[in-house]
Amino acid sequence: MSTTAIGWGGLVASLTLVAVAVALSGWQRLHLTRTILWSSARAAAQLLAVGVALALVLDPDASLVWSWLWVVAMVAFAGITVRNRAREAPGIFGLAVLSMATVVTVSLGVIFGLGIFPVQGRTIIPMAGMMIGNSMTSCVLVARRIVGELSDKRDEVEARLALGQAWPVASRPYVRAALRTALIPQIESTKSVGLVFLPGAMTGLILAGVDARDAVVVQLAIMYLVLGSVATSVTVIGLGLTRRLFTPDHRLRPLDRAPA
Amino acid sequence: MGEKAATLGRVVTTVLEYEGVHVTAADGTELLHGIDLTVPDGRLTVLAGASGSGKSTLLRLANRLEVPSAGRVLVRGQDVSELDPLVLRRRVGMVFQRPTPFAGSVRENLRVAEPTADEAALGDTLARVGLDPEMLDRVADDLSGGEAQRMCLARTLLTEPQLVLMDEVTSSLDPPARREIERLAQDLVADGLTVVWVTHDLAQAERIADDTVVLVDGRCASADERTRFLADRSEEDG
Repeated sequence: MSTTAIGWGGLVASLTLVAVAVALSGWQRLHLTRTILWSSARAAAQLLAVGVALALVLDPDASLVWSWLWVVAMVAFAGITVRNRAREAPGIFGLAVLSMATVVTVSLGVIFGLGIFPVQGRTIIPMAGMMIGNSMTSCVLVARRIVGELSDKRDEVEARLALGQAWPVASRPYVRAALRTALIPQIESTKSVGLVFLPGAMTGLILAGVDARDAVVVQLAIMYLVLGSVATSVTVIGLGLTRRLFTPDHRLRPLDRAPA
Repeated sequence: MGEKAATLGRVVTTVLEYEGVHVTAADGTELLHGIDLTVPDGRLTVLAGASGSGKSTLLRLANRLEVPSAGRVLVRGQDVSELDPLVLRRRVGMVFQRPTPFAGSVRENLRVAEPTADEAALGDTLARVGLDPEMLDRVADDLSGGEAQRMCLARTLLTEPQLVLMDEVTSSLDPPARREIERLAQDLVADGLTVVWVTHDLAQAERIADDTVVLVDGRCASADERTRFLADRSEEDG
């Protein structure tokens, strides 16, 4: 891997591009200079800290317990992030944690159960991270869409309830629309991979000197797992959240519509 | 009005009763303050009142789209809180303020109410609300406001309700469509159904009501308040 270790000098050199961003911001008077500098510094601090911690956890002599604890922390942070970005959805933290835990269990179960990757810290953490990271965005999207759809279409939903439909039936068209909206970006990205963009894992492997064909195989496995993870997480959130938005006696609760 | 009584040899029974009903909103605001009211069977009862007086809330208690914070609501003597809400809602139908066509054709809309209804039943129900049975294949979203509201009434009638709640159903319609819906409501009553009709339009109440209940600030109006409300409205309408 020595061919790809860019060293501190390489990192400093890459700051040139941050300088370009700052210069463009100044030239176009975007007033983003401080934000760009702060974001870049924060990214550096976060990643360096994570790098130090990862080096300890991924040490071949370290217990796998540390890797699993890392995954637990990722699930908890993902729950907090989803809650912060979809505050209008009641009880979303618990649902997001449940959803991420399901995703991790299913995806790592498949990865390790079928022997796709060996059970090691260096596979557990990145794999769980990729599944959780992709699922998190979709969870936020589906939670916001469900609350938005049921809020916007309250008259229609109540008209269905008034005809004697139970809440799972009355909400189905609107929840289905929200699930489709959340899943379509992932499906589109799966469709266009390789043609429009080279995904991160494959790019990283190629940069690390792995043969491109081997990198493609790994990437394909990851893409399929991500697709399954997103579908799983979105479904868990969709069904769980919809249940929370109705009372047991089939009434739609008052909903807060978040600003767009 | 509304009491169980024998009038001219005909027994007037009560279909809907409110007993000391209070409703409190999620933010703690009390919307209804101890409503006692009976709605007689086979008549068109109008709930009239200004915007925010609580008349729609009162209506929605009858099919459990709202629940009281205190008191009881009874349909044919049965406490609605003890009934299966899905069964209750097929006995107590409701048409909403704005037409609520669902995605799809008129036929698909009607089948939401009664999935097993045959073509003849669907056509007959459309005819009952003054729509051409040939409209079954029309896209529901393409109907005019008046047509859509009549289709919504047809959808409700397919559940064979005993009581029909109509919540400001003509407020988004032009005058001819408004009169058509009013006539349909009167036809339903002539057919033996009970209709509870919410409006803030006094002239409309006078045109169609067998009985009128006036609500003021979440209470049934006293005789003085009722007289004042009717006078104020008459001035506004005049």
